[in-house]
Amino acid sequence: MDTVLFVICAIVAIVCAFNLVLQKHPISSALSLIGVMSSLAVLYLLLGAEFMAMAQMIVYGGAVMVLFIFVIMLLNAGTEKNSNKSWFAQIAGLPLLLAFVAVVAFLIRSAVPGLKNVSFGSWWGGTAQNVGRLLFTTYLLPFEIISILILIAILGAVVLAQKEID
Amino acid sequence: MILNLWLIPLFPLLGFVVNGLLGKRLPKGAVTGIALGSVAASLAYVAYVFSQLWPLTGAHTEHYFTWINSGFLNVGFDLTVDRLSAVMLAIVTGVGFLIHIYATGYMADDAGYYRFFSYFNLFMFFMLVLVLASNLLVLFVGWEGVGLCSYLLVGYYFTEDFATNAANKAFIVNRIGDFGFSLGMFLTVFLFRTLDFGKIAATVSTMPLEAGIGVLTLICLLLFVGATGKSAQFPLYVWLPDAMAGPTPVSALIHAATMVTAGVYMVARVSFLFSHAPRAMEVVAVIGLFTAVFAATIGMAQNDIKKVFAYSTVSQLGYMFLGLGVGAYSAGIFHVMTHAFFKALLFLGAGSVIHGLSGEQDLRHMGGLRKAMPITCWTLFVASLAISGVPGFSGFFSKDEILAAAYTHAPWMFWVGAITAGITAFYVFRAWFLAFFGTYRGHHHAHESPLAMTAPLMILAFLSAIGGFINVPQWLTPLYSSAEHGNISVMVISATIGLIGIAIALFLYVIRPALAETAKNAAGPLYTLVENKYYVDEIYQGVVVAPLEGISRFLLWRGVDEGLLDSLLVNGIGRFIRKLGGLLRQLQSGSIRNYATWVLAGSLLVIFFIGLFGGVR
Amino acid sequence: MPHPHVPLSWYLILSAILFTLGAAGFLYRKSVITVFMSIELMLNAVNLSFIAFSYQLQKVDGHIYSFFVMVVAAAEAAVGLAIILTIFKNRGTLQIDEIDSLKL
Repeated sequence: MDTVLFVICAIVAIVCAFNLVLQKHPISSALSLIGVMSSLAVLYLLLGAEFMAMAQMIVYGGAVMVLFIFVIMLLNAGTEKNSNKSWFAQIAGLPLLLAFVAVVAFLIRSAVPGLKNVSFGSWWGGTAQNVGRLLFTTYLLPFEIISILILIAILGAVVLAQKEID
Repeated sequence: MILNLWLIPLFPLLGFVVNGLLGKRLPKGAVTGIALGSVAASLAYVAYVFSQLWPLTGAHTEHYFTWINSGFLNVGFDLTVDRLSAVMLAIVTGVGFLIHIYATGYMADDAGYYRFFSYFNLFMFFMLVLVLASNLLVLFVGWEGVGLCSYLLVGYYFTEDFATNAANKAFIVNRIGDFGFSLGMFLTVFLFRTLDFGKIAATVSTMPLEAGIGVLTLICLLLFVGATGKSAQFPLYVWLPDAMAGPTPVSALIHAATMVTAGVYMVARVSFLFSHAPRAMEVVAVIGLFTAVFAATIGMAQNDIKKVFAYSTVSQLGYMFLGLGVGAYSAGIFHVMTHAFFKALLFLGAGSVIHGLSGEQDLRHMGGLRKAMPITCWTLFVASLAISGVPGFSGFFSKDEILAAAYTHAPWMFWVGAITAGITAFYVFRAWFLAFFGTYRGHHHAHESPLAMTAPLMILAFLSAIGGFINVPQWLTPLYSSAEHGNISVMVISATIGLIGIAIALFLYVIRPALAETAKNAAGPLYTLVENKYYVDEIYQGVVVAPLEGISRFLLWRGVDEGLLDSLLVNGIGRFIRKLGGLLRQLQSGSIRNYATWVLAGSLLVIFFIGLFGGVR
Repeated sequence: MPHPHVPLSWYLILSAILFTLGAAGFLYRKSVITVFMSIELMLNAVNLSFIAFSYQLQKVDGHIYSFFVMVVAAAEAAVGLAIILTIFKNRGTLQIDEIDSLKL
């Protein structure tokens, strides 16, 4: 059961990611991204991270992607035009990416003996209660700083989007 | 007992400092007072030292501070007084004082009066250090210092090209000699582990005479190269005639009485080294003799009165080295003293004539001056008699000692020396007759010089006359083996040859002046050769100076300096960095995708290496 | 069922693939917004990695890190989109290759 769910979600995620990279229109890419995030949320649930799964859906799917789609529609971003300015990225990009995958895969495989097997329900450590407790005790300082960061981001966004005062 | 020998050179040094720094603002009387007073103080202190140390059989050394203490080499700043340096001290301070007095009259109208006397005092300081030195290094300090002062004083009229050129020539040619001197010093350190005269003498007395050419000979020859430069022997004599560009008191003091004798003094000082290297002594004698006859012939054909006396100085120095080379050290020093008297007198007299004629130096524009300038005329007569070796005068005794020693060593040397004596008598009386006899061929109004100038002339004339009776060789017996007693026949021959020279001059320039002209034309090219100093200067220019300049300019300057160092290294580094920068500049292309690619590559590298080293622990 | 349990390495490999795809999108897409979305994809992939390892170690700390990444990504998205708006206002283009005036 776990396996089936995992495989389905994994395939959805990968297909949507491919779609994001290959689509011409930004709107299609945005919708694909939503698909990726949703499947990732299910995967989090499988890994026993219920709080994170909820947060993922709410924050990413509900806020960030909506913001993206707003902006795309606001700017009326059309399909991409072809441009060949950056030959370096075109040429060196593919080998680098393949090399990247290879290295990471190798590292993962060498760590395989020590890795556990995941089964749904064997660990419920990711409850809101656990996360909250840790967040407000051990990681209190980073939490406060993050709050300030959000505040600054809001201010920044407001300033940037203002009409010019002339 | 402590005699504070350092006071002797100190007084002129103070004179130099005060006159040099403040002289411009002081009144002329003050400058004169300081200059003369410092030398007089030195003279007085020398007299005091003598009185304390009489009879001065040994050496009195004083050690002041350690200058170099490195490894086995220990050189201190030591001053010594012994009989040899006593003679030199007397000459330097005594004759120097007289010339200072003369200079106050000669330079009276000059704008740089204070500058002249400050340099003059500086020269006295260095010369006294040289004479009092107790080791080769302190002597070298004085040696170089007098070379510097020679440069400063020869180039005194620094606004004139010929003066500055002459000063440069003097200094540079001296430096060549100094190079030899330095090498000699290095070898001395190598062989003897010390530079102190006393210690070297003690060590060398245990060594056998050197048969062939060994280290000792090499040391002596190198030191002699230095003497060749300083004392104007062949081939480094070329600077002395040109050094006549300086004011006449300079020629008298530096290039007649004191500095040029430094070489002679030095060789006499290290006589213990030379005595153990017979080959070197041969070289000294031969070069001295050759220079004597060579310069005498040139002196015959010169028309500038100072040039005649300059070549005469070179010739007489050759005599002194001849004396040293055949082992008659005391005779050589004796001649130093008498030469100081009559040569200084000759130069000062020439200066008096020039001063009286408002700057005329050419003998062909003089004549018949004995009525207008009697004191100058008759004091110069005494000097000419002395230098010609006329019996009874000082030059006769000293020259005779040398010729007698030469005869004992090798008769051919005596004959050449005697002929040179004849030539000497000839040219000096030629100058005297041309200047003071006949009709006046110039355009100026001649007048006698002031007392400040004539008084030293008279004193020096007195000394030239009776100076021969100061028996210097006997005084120097503790240092050098007993002097040769005069060979009567030698004396007679040399005196006769001298008188013959005077007679020829009298005939050619007074009795039948036209004959001189005819003789000159008859000699033709030979005369031109001699008059142009055998073209030695031109030969040097062509063989030494021009190639050196060519190498410097084309090889070293254009080739190495500009081509290699500038273009290749300095500019090359600049160009390389610029190219590198140009390359690196293209990294920042403004294209974000390029940056992203680089970031990816970099992070890949980091992950790879972390994975390689087993991950982050 | 061949695998009653899912090996954790599969999660990690999925994370790697998603990250690579995000990097590919970042390198090859020309619209600024799409590039931005690829960045978000990369961040998500990393989040998955964190949570997978948190399961491995049976500690909740990985969730906290992931939470922080999420917050920062959200803030970054907000500010970044505001910047994109400004760029569009000033240059009229959303092609990443035409925004290259910061060059030597």
